[in-house]
Amino acid sequence: MESKLMHLIVIVLGVIAIAQLVRVYELSAKLRKEGEHETNSRDNKLNARMMLVFMAFLFLGFIWLMLTYGWTGRGEAASVHGKELDWLLDLNFWIIIIVFFLTNTLLFSFAHKYIRKPGVKAFYFPHDNKLEMVWTVIPAIVLAVIIILGLRSWNKITDEPVKESIRIELFSKQFDWTARYSGEDNVLGKYDYKLTTDNNELALITTNTIDSAIAQMESGVSGIKTLESKLNDRKIMLVPEEREKMVVDLERKTRLLRLLYQMRGHHNPSVDASAWDDIIQKDTLFLCEGKEYEFNFRSKDVIHSAYFPHFRAQMNTVPGLPTRFKFTPDITTKDMRVKRNDDKFNYVLMCNKICGSAHYKMKMIVVVLSKGEYKKWMDGRQSTATFKHNYFPKAEEASSTTAGATGSDSTAVAVVDTLK
Amino acid sequence: MAAVAHEAHGHHDSHGHHEAHGHHEETFVSKYIFSQDHKMIGKQFLMTAVFMGVVAMILSILFRIQLAWPGESSDFLSFFLGETWAPGGIMKEDMYLGLVTIHGTIMVFFLLTGGLSGTFSNLLIPLQIGARDMASGFLNMLSYWFFFLSSVIMLVSLFIETGPASAGWTIYPPLSALPQAIGGSGLGMTLWLLSMTIFVVSSLLGSLNYIVTVLNLRTKGMTMTRMPLTIWAFFVTAILGVLSFPVLVSAVVLLMMDRLAGTSFYLSDIIVGGEMLANHGGSPLLYEHLFWFLGHPEVYIVLLPALGLSSEIISTNSRKPIFGYRAMIGSILAIGFLSFIVWGHHMFVTGMNPFIGSVFVFTTLLIAIPSAVKVFNYITTLWKGSIVLTPAMMFAIGLVSTFITGGVTGIILADSALDISIHDTYFVVAHFHIVMGMSAVFGMFAGVYHWFPKMFGKMLNKRLGYVHFWITIFGAYGVFFPMHFVGLAGAPRRYYDYSAYGEFDTHSHELIMDLNIIITIFSIISALGQLVFLFNFFYSIFRGPKAPQNPWNANSLEWTTPVEHVHGNWPGEIPTVYRWPYDYSKPGAEHDFIPQNVPLAEGEEEH
Repeated sequence: MESKLMHLIVIVLGVIAIAQLVRVYELSAKLRKEGEHETNSRDNKLNARMMLVFMAFLFLGFIWLMLTYGWTGRGEAASVHGKELDWLLDLNFWIIIIVFFLTNTLLFSFAHKYIRKPGVKAFYFPHDNKLEMVWTVIPAIVLAVIIILGLRSWNKITDEPVKESIRIELFSKQFDWTARYSGEDNVLGKYDYKLTTDNNELALITTNTIDSAIAQMESGVSGIKTLESKLNDRKIMLVPEEREKMVVDLERKTRLLRLLYQMRGHHNPSVDASAWDDIIQKDTLFLCEGKEYEFNFRSKDVIHSAYFPHFRAQMNTVPGLPTRFKFTPDITTKDMRVKRNDDKFNYVLMCNKICGSAHYKMKMIVVVLSKGEYKKWMDGRQSTATFKHNYFPKAEEASSTTAGATGSDSTAVAVVDTLK
Repeated sequence: MAAVAHEAHGHHDSHGHHEAHGHHEETFVSKYIFSQDHKMIGKQFLMTAVFMGVVAMILSILFRIQLAWPGESSDFLSFFLGETWAPGGIMKEDMYLGLVTIHGTIMVFFLLTGGLSGTFSNLLIPLQIGARDMASGFLNMLSYWFFFLSSVIMLVSLFIETGPASAGWTIYPPLSALPQAIGGSGLGMTLWLLSMTIFVVSSLLGSLNYIVTVLNLRTKGMTMTRMPLTIWAFFVTAILGVLSFPVLVSAVVLLMMDRLAGTSFYLSDIIVGGEMLANHGGSPLLYEHLFWFLGHPEVYIVLLPALGLSSEIISTNSRKPIFGYRAMIGSILAIGFLSFIVWGHHMFVTGMNPFIGSVFVFTTLLIAIPSAVKVFNYITTLWKGSIVLTPAMMFAIGLVSTFITGGVTGIILADSALDISIHDTYFVVAHFHIVMGMSAVFGMFAGVYHWFPKMFGKMLNKRLGYVHFWITIFGAYGVFFPMHFVGLAGAPRRYYDYSAYGEFDTHSHELIMDLNIIITIFSIISALGQLVFLFNFFYSIFRGPKAPQNPWNANSLEWTTPVEHVHGNWPGEIPTVYRWPYDYSKPGAEHDFIPQNVPLAEGEEEH
């Protein structure tokens, strides 16, 4: 409290001091018979020189930042299209840096050079069609080049992925990522958010999951039956708001249940297989060097954005709207560690769209393996950790794999260990 | 009263005004509070905007402290945020997002839209076109009071228990629609939406008034091509506002319905907080389209008035006509038109069809052409001038510099392929703070320094003005320039803490942490620099030396009005206009300026 009072006193005294200084200055200006609207040539010259000082600050600051941090602080691109984009970025940077230096130099040096001098009148120069044509046409040509090169890369990047590219789904929710590999058939099983249950977090569609979702909706912990019995039980006293809330809840669940029954009616069991062989992977995303990946993005709650800074890739994940992005990683984590001289370096997938309080923590480590390592890891997952293995854990004989879909299983750990 | 207003505002009346004025007693309330005089309303806008600007600046200092020293206890934070939002002097995550959101909202809408265009359109449109007042003084008054009301609601939302809106200033649903997803999407978001709706009402009333006034109330001889560029800028700005703000209201109304009435405009297949919602079929992309259909013209609603003000100031203080007057008008019109067909460049990675993305690349990069024309015209105006470096002139030169520096990085962001890897990073933050934030703020400061004598009849202290300028330009560039590098290192915006980078990338981690400290130090310096301005501003209103009638030897009509404000602007007849406002240093003339109301000399050619 005392310190706050002291601060206040200091501030008040400071303001009074400035006010007094201003008074003195004003009186002296009055003596000099100079109004505030007149700019004397000493001030004019001083400020003109300051224009050059500022220009030097701006340019040297820029060069210092460039030399210290470089324009790609995130390092070399680790994907095929990323390399092309970095080339394009460099080209664009050179263009804009030239414009930045040129125009700022003209601006500040003119502001310095052409300050008012006694006896020199300004040059009356209202317009000049030729000049204006020059600085309309030249930017137009440069921009045409930029647009053409940019769109060429854009079209390539957003084009359909090749047939043999590996499908992975990235599932986002507040505040983490889950990956789902398409398994042996390279087809991602279908999903519907209504099927979300504790043992089917990604809401994959199979005959079993539909049945268990219906069961849960009907007679789960806060299922329809429970709600109904609570509402109808005369022994339970409910506050009106709570009752209201439960009625709304019941209505919503009844509607969802109807939709679930519809789904069961239309379900074709032959698609189940494409879901059963999918592999669900948390914490770390393993990719294979030199393989093209087609990422399918999904969100459970709000918009997130899958941002892979090192692969120069990004796509929003939107609830209700599937989105896609493809890229081919081409430098393994091991090689990148050597290149960057940082043996703790890892690629990363971050959330880049504001999604709630822990937005800044929502990330997933990405590891790019060589082809051999990847195959070894993938084989391990396929034989022990498919959706089927995890959905029916007891039916499986390989009971040693208890880690399930969520844990980082021993094979993966072993592979990562070899990297270190 | 209506009759009085009608008479007083009529553009042909020359003597009717005085008689009307005689009957009209001004009370304190009608003069200072519910004033219908455009000059007073302009001042009201300015005062409110200055207050809102200071609030938004303090918010930014709070979150800058968090970014530079994450996890460290700060007395400053606990002083402003208290135990609730900063327990032990460490800011809460939710509050961080709330501060970022409200900082952005206030700066964009309340300071740079309401403040800039509200202040200077009101002050300058009638004065520079030679009108007694706005077309409708009453609507103009309403426009201010709606603005005031929306400001109050926005400020109140900072103090509620669940926290202010915290989904970012763009408030994308579903985050902004679901209180289960973030606390700020409860009452805070409702207040935000309410405040913005009222703000749009204010903006529409103002803009319609500006358009009608410019079209109908120009004095004799004031053809469209003799209008100062300020008026052109305000005019086009008002048109942009009228066409785009209603779309924001539609976005907001749909969002309200999703929040309150259970509709599914933006919601589909959502499970949040363990609750499975039944909404199906809506699309957040719809919201994004609606929002950016306003959001992008909004950038130019902010920027064009600043460019208009600086055109006037640079020409006056270079003692030269603005170079390429018609090209300047053309580029204002071109920018205004193009601003409506580029909104998709905010959505390259949202899941929008990539082909549509490429169309937006093309239209967006086209904007660089009229922008380049403007920059080169400014520079040529300086060339061989006789420059007087008043504080206003220096801010205008600063504006040209930031317009260039921030503008060129726009070329990178407009290129969809390059945008992929820097979208939503600090590179974007750097870009729009320099090109929109700094430029518009510089334009606003330039305007305040230049027209302060017209507003208050007093002069600002110029030495303090110089100090203010140099602290601001060094400080603000120091804040926003390094942000490009933070962004290129891959740092997403709206992160509460970047320490997590230490886990996977030491190089980027060090870079981000180092630069964040530098940025915060510069931001504190520039915030303190604004104290110099605030002191100068309020001190000079009361104790500044009296202003001469035409302090800068300028040509436009506002300087022909008396220093003491009179209702109806000119005590006698409204002056007639004979020339454009840029006859500075015209060969053969006696003085280096010829006001617009001076008839052409014999044998003199209009420019």
